[in-house]
Amino acid sequence: MSTEVAAEKVVEKKSEELFSKRRKKLISDPLNEDNPITIQVLGICSALAITIKMEPTIIMSLAVIFTMVFSNLLISLIRNYVPNRIRIIVQLAVVALFVTLVSEFLKAFNYPMYKVLGAFVGLIITNCIVMGRLEAFAMGNKPYDSILDGLGSGLGYAWIILAVAFFREFLGSGSILNFKVFEALNIPYVNNGLMVDSIGAFMILAIIIWIQRTKTGYVEQ
Amino acid sequence: MRQSNSYIIIFTLITTVFVGGTLAVTSILLGPRQAISIEYDTKSQILGAVMTITEDDDVLGIYDKRIVSFVVNSKGELIEKDEKGQPIVAEKVDVSKNFKLAPEDRLLPVFKYVNESDPSKVDAYILPTYGNGLWNRVWAFIALDANFETVKGISFGHLQETPGLGARISEDPVISERYVGKKIYNEKGELVSVDMVKGEKGQPLDPHHVDGMSGATMTGNGVNDMLKQYLNSYEAYFEKVKSQNVAGL
Repeated sequence: MSTEVAAEKVVEKKSEELFSKRRKKLISDPLNEDNPITIQVLGICSALAITIKMEPTIIMSLAVIFTMVFSNLLISLIRNYVPNRIRIIVQLAVVALFVTLVSEFLKAFNYPMYKVLGAFVGLIITNCIVMGRLEAFAMGNKPYDSILDGLGSGLGYAWIILAVAFFREFLGSGSILNFKVFEALNIPYVNNGLMVDSIGAFMILAIIIWIQRTKTGYVEQ
Repeated sequence: MRQSNSYIIIFTLITTVFVGGTLAVTSILLGPRQAISIEYDTKSQILGAVMTITEDDDVLGIYDKRIVSFVVNSKGELIEKDEKGQPIVAEKVDVSKNFKLAPEDRLLPVFKYVNESDPSKVDAYILPTYGNGLWNRVWAFIALDANFETVKGISFGHLQETPGLGARISEDPVISERYVGKKIYNEKGELVSVDMVKGEKGQPLDPHHVDGMSGATMTGNGVNDMLKQYLNSYEAYFEKVKSQNVAGL
């Protein structure tokens, strides 16, 4: 579907490539300079809640990327038909549709993970990143661009929460992806309870933002 | 562009039907698969009280072979049919719903873990218990030996106890191992349950106490109340089996 649309467009305009500079920027910008978590400071709540261990974080990242790509695509396809006065409700319905699909599939095929993430998968609906991209991008852009934008923002969200989860699991539980690192290396290590708590996520997030802003020179207006 | 009201209403209708339809179809298609997942999860938890389950285990197979289940009431009587005359299945009894009833009205499932070579012998009785932790509900499957005296194992679950503190009841195998070998009856023959003490010192304790969880005294108290309450509910059943001196019912 997506490639069809893109192919048509290339033939029509004969100008824009499949991965033109502008389109690459759609994906790469949210990873760093326009990161949804560290720059736009959206989606913090889930970044705190599900980053205690890496395994649920990976599932959560995939769920968010899936939801963002497909709701961006669907909204972009129907953007010219959505009545302006009820557009937010329509966006909400579309997001809720994909989130519920993810949740149902998780319940069917990975029940233990569903028990861990259950409530938080449902809360992707209220994740400001998803709604924000629909309103700001998909309502005004073509389907293929919207897919790239969803992918970029999803990946931007994913790498930050994975980084946070890595440090929280490593320092808080002494393991990486449930593999007990310190035990394997025979190093005595007392797990840091602070990292298991939400406060640990705030601290790691703040350090990531600090490093990132030092490098990019970004300053709040 | 400002659309007319009728356009908006029709658009809303189509959206609703599309979204609702998609979800309904998904739910119906995935329903059977979800039921299997939930059944697998329940049975792993029940078996978790007497064995360590790894991913390669054929949980459903072991369960069919080793578990005989039925439901009793607080008087120790076997309950086979509900008020409407429908047969009651122990695995389908919602312990969380029964928890809201008065203790004497609750349906109490019993899962008999029978001997591998001689299915008429009982290796353990596995009983579900349910209670309130610090933040939300906690539950456990406790396995008792054939005399209802010694704890053979326990598997905990919780909804949202504090990660790293109260949540250790289900995540840290050390906690449940501490219960193994403890006695629920004292020398006088009174049911005293097994209590988790405050503080975690690793000290040796009498057969009715286990070491606490550091920083999770409230969760521990919830677990203690839960075990005491449910073991008391099951006591009539224990007495009945012991007096009849048959490993049955």
